[in-house]
Amino acid sequence: MSEYKITLELNGHEVSGNAEARITLVDFLRDNLDQTGTHIGCEHGVCGACSVIFDGRPIRSCLIYAVMANGHKITTVEGLEKTNGALSPLQDAFWENHAMQCGYCTPGMLIATHALLQENPDPSDEEIREAIGGNLCRCTGYQQIIEAVQSAAKKMREIP
Amino acid sequence: MKAAPFDYIRVNTLDEACKALSESGEDARIIAGGQTLVPLMAMRLARPSLLIDINDVEELSGISIEGEHLVIKAGTRQVKALSSEIVRKKIPLLAEALSHVGHTQTRNLGTVGGSLVNADPSAEIPLIAQTLEATILVQSVRGKRSIAASEFFEAAMVTCLAPDECLVEVCFPIWPEKRNGYGFHEVSIRDSDYALAAAAAQLTLDGSDNCKKLSLSICGASPTAIRLKPVEESLLGKPPLNQVIVEACEIIDDLIDPQADVHADANYRGRVAKVMARRAISDARDRAKGFLK
Repeated sequence: MSEYKITLELNGHEVSGNAEARITLVDFLRDNLDQTGTHIGCEHGVCGACSVIFDGRPIRSCLIYAVMANGHKITTVEGLEKTNGALSPLQDAFWENHAMQCGYCTPGMLIATHALLQENPDPSDEEIREAIGGNLCRCTGYQQIIEAVQSAAKKMREIP
Repeated sequence: MKAAPFDYIRVNTLDEACKALSESGEDARIIAGGQTLVPLMAMRLARPSLLIDINDVEELSGISIEGEHLVIKAGTRQVKALSSEIVRKKIPLLAEALSHVGHTQTRNLGTVGGSLVNADPSAEIPLIAQTLEATILVQSVRGKRSIAASEFFEAAMVTCLAPDECLVEVCFPIWPEKRNGYGFHEVSIRDSDYALAAAAAQLTLDGSDNCKKLSLSICGASPTAIRLKPVEESLLGKPPLNQVIVEACEIIDDLIDPQADVHADANYRGRVAKVMARRAISDARDRAKGFLK
């Protein structure tokens, strides 16, 4: 099968590569672009580990072929850190609040909650639960994740 | 968990999509959101030879009022419909149901039309299409045709769409009456899962608080979402008091054909469907009276 040229705006930079149509966006990110921060879990849209931000909204990168994302803007977990390489307030809060154990779901959780805080700087616990409703975590029981997001939201509201 | 090889084209107009479908035979599929098709392809339950990407077709996206109807173009993202002020105002039942469709990440790509053509027996959008007697417009190189929701869904995951046809839009009638209310209830394992059973009701009260008009459907308890006309008929002209609703819903056992799966046995699904129907009707009544927001 023929390959297609795919160009993305990935974390603010234009990147391209070639892939068959059947290559999902997450495989393209990891295998073609060496961006391995985005994890692959179930590969059929159940676990949320592969969440990325697509044109400003969180999606699952295993449920879209890379060729369909051609010309679109993608933010992955690598794009959340500050320009000086320091952790973002949200990432910092995950660390501080022990919002992970094995870390497998963490990139997806960070993407889902980053997208939430962009839209809603002061979410309720219920709204956080709704935002991570599509992301599975088998370690934390979710409570520390909710606490981390609340703590990050508070910090981010204080920073002008 | 990787899709079998396929070819891919991106089209810019509906005519191009129809032409590509007609030229490429039965193995070609339209892709828009892909939130069901991509996993089916990963599991190789679907194996199209060609995907026709309609995400760039502007004429297949948008929400508008046309006369007494709310029209949603097939490629409109579920998130757009869910956040649409027009949808919330004109067809609040649909807005309520949309909040139960998948979760944020799938709603951001998934489309209204995609859910209709997928025809999952537990899906919310087909349920509302059945309840409100929506019409579905499809197009092929042979022409256009308009299909009533009651005819569109034939069985679980099966519609009457021909292999060369592309869904264009779905048209929901807006009820003109003043004292309308809606109700929607669903039970699922987790928020983002398909419904074990769900019910949707829309009801109009007359000046004496009797039931003047009622439309009621359930999903998850039959191969497709179904209208429960015998229940509707038995409530017409009566005051929809709780006891009256409970009695009217007893007949539901005879109207459904629930199937067992790993999540619920047939008996449980049937009982849940009946309870959801009762609650949907009583919420619709309370909203028509202004007791419930």
